[in-house]
Amino acid sequence: MADVAHASSNAPAPKPAPHVKDNAIIRFENITKRFDKVVAVDTVNLEIKEGEFFALLGPSGCGKTTLLRMLAGFETPTEGRILIDGKDVAALPPNKRPVNMVFQSYAVFPHMKVSDNVAYGLKMDGVAAPEIKTRVSEALELVKLGGFGDRMPDQLSGGQRQRVALARALVKRPRVLLLDEPLSALDAKLRDQMRSELTSLQEKVGITFIMVTHDQDEALAIATRCAVMNRGVLAQVATPADLYEFPNSRFVADFVGSVNMFEGVLEKDEPNEAHVRCPELAATVYLDHGVTGARGSTVWVALRPEKIEMHKRPAGSSAMKMEDAPQGANVVAGVIRDIVYLGSETNYEVELEGGRRVKTFRSNLTRYDQEDFTWDEPVWLAWHACSPAVLLS
Amino acid sequence: MEQTWRQAKAAFAAISIPPIAWLLLFFIVPMAVIWAYSFGENTGPVTIDFTGTFSNYMRAAEPLYLEIFWKSVLVAGLTTILCLLVGFPVALAIAFASPRMKAWLLLLIMLPFWTNLLIRTYALIAVLREQGYVNFTLEWLWSNASGLMTLVGLQPLGEFEPLTLLYNNTAVVIGLVYVHLPFMVLPLYSALDRMDRSLMEASLDLGAGHMRTIMQVVVPLAAPGIASGILITFIPALGAYLTPDLLGGTDSQMIANVIERQFKRANDWPFGAALSFMLMYLTFIAIAVQALVQRRSERRR
Repeated sequence: MADVAHASSNAPAPKPAPHVKDNAIIRFENITKRFDKVVAVDTVNLEIKEGEFFALLGPSGCGKTTLLRMLAGFETPTEGRILIDGKDVAALPPNKRPVNMVFQSYAVFPHMKVSDNVAYGLKMDGVAAPEIKTRVSEALELVKLGGFGDRMPDQLSGGQRQRVALARALVKRPRVLLLDEPLSALDAKLRDQMRSELTSLQEKVGITFIMVTHDQDEALAIATRCAVMNRGVLAQVATPADLYEFPNSRFVADFVGSVNMFEGVLEKDEPNEAHVRCPELAATVYLDHGVTGARGSTVWVALRPEKIEMHKRPAGSSAMKMEDAPQGANVVAGVIRDIVYLGSETNYEVELEGGRRVKTFRSNLTRYDQEDFTWDEPVWLAWHACSPAVLLS
Repeated sequence: MEQTWRQAKAAFAAISIPPIAWLLLFFIVPMAVIWAYSFGENTGPVTIDFTGTFSNYMRAAEPLYLEIFWKSVLVAGLTTILCLLVGFPVALAIAFASPRMKAWLLLLIMLPFWTNLLIRTYALIAVLREQGYVNFTLEWLWSNASGLMTLVGLQPLGEFEPLTLLYNNTAVVIGLVYVHLPFMVLPLYSALDRMDRSLMEASLDLGAGHMRTIMQVVVPLAAPGIASGILITFIPALGAYLTPDLLGGTDSQMIANVIERQFKRANDWPFGAALSFMLMYLTFIAIAVQALVQRRSERRR
């Protein structure tokens, strides 16, 4: 748990979403799932509050989908308990659980009209026909598919099929809606649109949403809180901003966003100041906060590319060292080796004197910004003493 | 690749001529000859005149033969229904088995194909006859039950009467179901195996039980597989020859047995040919019905 002091002192308090309540609607208690000898989920303890839009984030095979499927009832935990609204659901089959799922493939029944797809769950619950009719049309309106009730699924686009799957699950008014990689099958433009629609839909219906995704952008953009999983273990549970700015491990720092990681030795650690000696930078990184680590221990400095400023450096003036920089700033010398122009920003790769390459992103604030720097140009890289995250693991 | 094949016409012709010639010589020509026979008349023990008569078809349409056609359709239909009832759960079980288990189960389904039909049918006789294994088992149960009843002071059951399981219509249907079950299981299995599992999970997730999921989701989506399973079970069952010949009694002959008699003992090739083509037209009707069902279900998705 590096950076604890930092997180508590400098991190802004997470903005509470107004519809998130205090009660834990879902609780995983020491959940372990083994397939034969393979441990898919390893002693997960997690609480999800009512009204949250929660994301389970991780690389493929990290156990996030297994966790979701255990919640839906398609997999049985090997050990541990799952509580929904405080009740153990171990004995409940999928069709008796107060949760509904939107499948990755949408799983819209191809042999039924859109309205029959949406009505399916209500029919199974024995809801009266007139009520089914009104609730189905309400649900279709909710997902902006009013008037599509008589279409067959093959007459719909991928995005529309997903809306059918959403309506079909929401019409049952579940306590929790589960979404398995909801945006992975959509093209980029539609994905952006669905992101904001999912958020506003969740706020409108006030149901707890739990989403599984491998796409960190998606999780950061949509979720109120994320759990990052790695090899079956919860690596970190935090708000998107905390996950990005205050990662607790090299895995999280590397998985969420882009990062420059430098190994170093903690030389000084005081409440308001810390020094990390990094051989790769041939310099000491100055921090304006303590890191609560043992002096002399190995730590990692994680520095986001957009937090590095780049300045022109007269050729040959590499004599300047960090020690010469103004108090609280870190400066190293390098040469631009690679430039990738992305429109909104430009990504540079700068080679330091020791040969280590550092990524830095620069916003193109004017139309001519990308012309400021060119290949093989000597530059200074500088960052604030509060910018790097120091990681102990 | 496809393009170059189209351009290399000579090579294409060279490799396609042998199979075409084979089909022409050993399938089309004999069929045409038989078709021509069906409009001919016997003028001597080995000579047939092609007179263009319809008398063979008129005779084939007599009640006696229509009844046998009808009975063949009934027996084949019953066989198909029984195969479907037995085969669907089997196919479902295989489709849901683990990959390792799946390979073994499929092997078990295919295994009978590796044995000659004649041998399998005689084996079935050994099982079903009065001194067969079914009756042995029943007799053993009977005598034990009888002994038990004496023990508790009841009247013994008396002498065991072996069941007559052979040389009747029941035996024919049992035999046909046994022979044709793989034809049903394999297309059903391939339809069920291809099905998107998340559709079934979605049905469960939405509150349906397993039975309702099968009836409302699995069966409708497997309909094309069910239709082709029905067809490739029904057609060979309709033309079954060996099974009714060996397992059936005097009243359980099917149309293929009648046709065989015309070509052999009765030496009436024109009439046999007419009956053969009637059977073939029946088969065509079955195929047409299946194609119609298929197209309708395809239009629905």
